[in-house]
Amino acid sequence: MVGHKIQILFSPAETGIALRLAIGKKPEDIIAQVKESKLRGRGGAGFPTGLKWELVQQAKGERKFVVCNADEGEPGTFKDRILLTDHPCKIFEGMAICGYAVGAQNGVVYLRAEYRYLREGLVNAIKKMKESNYLGKNIMGSGFNFDIEIHLGAGAYVCGEETALLESLEGKRGEARNKPPYPTECGYMGCPTVVNNVETFCYVPAIMTKGAQWFSEIGTMESTGSKLFSISGDVAKPGVYELAMGSTVDVVLQLVGAKDTKAVQVGGASGICVAEKDFNKPISFESLPPGGSIIVFNKSRDMLYVLKNFMEFFVEESCGQCTPCREGTYRLLQGVEMMEQGRCSIHYLHTLRDLAQTMLISSKCGLGQLAPNPFLSIIDNFKGEILARDRVARNSKKTPVVR
Amino acid sequence: MKLESRNNQIAQEVIEIVEKYNFQREKLLQILEELNDSYGYLSEFVMKEVAKNLQLTTTEVYSVATFYSFLNTRPKGKYIIRLCKTISCVLAGKNAVANALRNELGIDFGETTSDGKFSLEFTNCIGMCNQGPAMLINNDVYYHLDPEKAVEIVEKYQ
Repeated sequence: MVGHKIQILFSPAETGIALRLAIGKKPEDIIAQVKESKLRGRGGAGFPTGLKWELVQQAKGERKFVVCNADEGEPGTFKDRILLTDHPCKIFEGMAICGYAVGAQNGVVYLRAEYRYLREGLVNAIKKMKESNYLGKNIMGSGFNFDIEIHLGAGAYVCGEETALLESLEGKRGEARNKPPYPTECGYMGCPTVVNNVETFCYVPAIMTKGAQWFSEIGTMESTGSKLFSISGDVAKPGVYELAMGSTVDVVLQLVGAKDTKAVQVGGASGICVAEKDFNKPISFESLPPGGSIIVFNKSRDMLYVLKNFMEFFVEESCGQCTPCREGTYRLLQGVEMMEQGRCSIHYLHTLRDLAQTMLISSKCGLGQLAPNPFLSIIDNFKGEILARDRVARNSKKTPVVR
Repeated sequence: MKLESRNNQIAQEVIEIVEKYNFQREKLLQILEELNDSYGYLSEFVMKEVAKNLQLTTTEVYSVATFYSFLNTRPKGKYIIRLCKTISCVLAGKNAVANALRNELGIDFGETTSDGKFSLEFTNCIGMCNQGPAMLINNDVYYHLDPEKAVEIVEKYQ
């Protein structure tokens, strides 16, 4: 089935059927089913969802929480916006099933400030589900209570990182926490917490109704099911596409009508730049990690300019808490500017590569660990082009080459 | 005297909002968001009042307020135009739209018009990448922009 358009998330499904099935089962059985489906987190990191739920279920705590990460901020990603707009009930149903499985009565959707205009629709959807008794007290007579509230962010990319998100939910600066302890043990207000991406929750109702086996047969061995891809850039038909995991870059490009493609950024700013020689690679956790964002660049594009845009993004969005990320992103951007001006010697480029490796290892959270990705992959793929570029006019006495 | 009575009024309004959230520390972000909506920005006075009512230090409140790009600690225009500057919108023609907005309003990005009506800012990805260039004006989203369309939208807010 690899490479074909499929519909799990975008197919119409009556709300409540999956939930009714779920609450007729034991929590352990639901978790076993999610584990068997091999569903992995769709936010980018790909942590096994069933295992996360199991950890929370087994954790000790008077209260537990289910948090939906709707802080979609990765450049080039807009799949969650579509789900939040068109399929909010699938998200909430997935959250309720999760709540029942792990023993939580409260769900929180952390909605990014940029999507504030979606809040009303979400609040209405919750209201309707409460009226149908799919949320609220004693859901469908089962004795299970589950409520969901919408919490608005205030504009910070780093809050997409789960522990930064939890800090923000607690009304603090969105700075990542030290791990361990992980949120499964000590999350929102110190309670065991499941944090899953919008898209992850949306697969849960389908897994409940159609079974784990059905889901695990789609996609690849390590990356089961389908995935939403937000595709933008130099393509004829940008938009959100649902494809089986393991679809190759080539297939994606064909589907969206991309011509003269020079490079594809898979996974947004923190993803990897893929050049033509690698277009036959599959997008899956085993190969090119599927973040959800695919940005296509045609042959007229200047990749150093693209890289500069990404690095400026990271400099702005780094929370500044840890040194490798705060200083590293800044130095990498500075390096890109030197390359623009023809002032970056190959020796200094090697130094920057070392720095990028250091950031990868030593940054506190995903932001700093992934920020070097575009730097390394764009430089590696287009080194010739970058080294041979026409330098921007400069006064050589004032601005010498950096070695 | 006049300032004092204005401040008393603000202090009262802050108490009302903090009370609505049961004086809970973890509601600080929502409290600041509401106050930011009412006054357009969070003045030093407002932050001090919030701190007092939540029994926090002013520094703590300030540190939260300055962390998030949608909270203002300085006065801004009535309408904040946030044009997306992330790469997909750039590929779709963001630079031309940016120039048109600059020309129309007579200010640069990061500035506010002298009548206090518009602030012009760049923002990072707002998730409209398939329909770029895109911008937010306060909470409303506009997409598939070109210079002409952008300027006409701004004109409606004049």
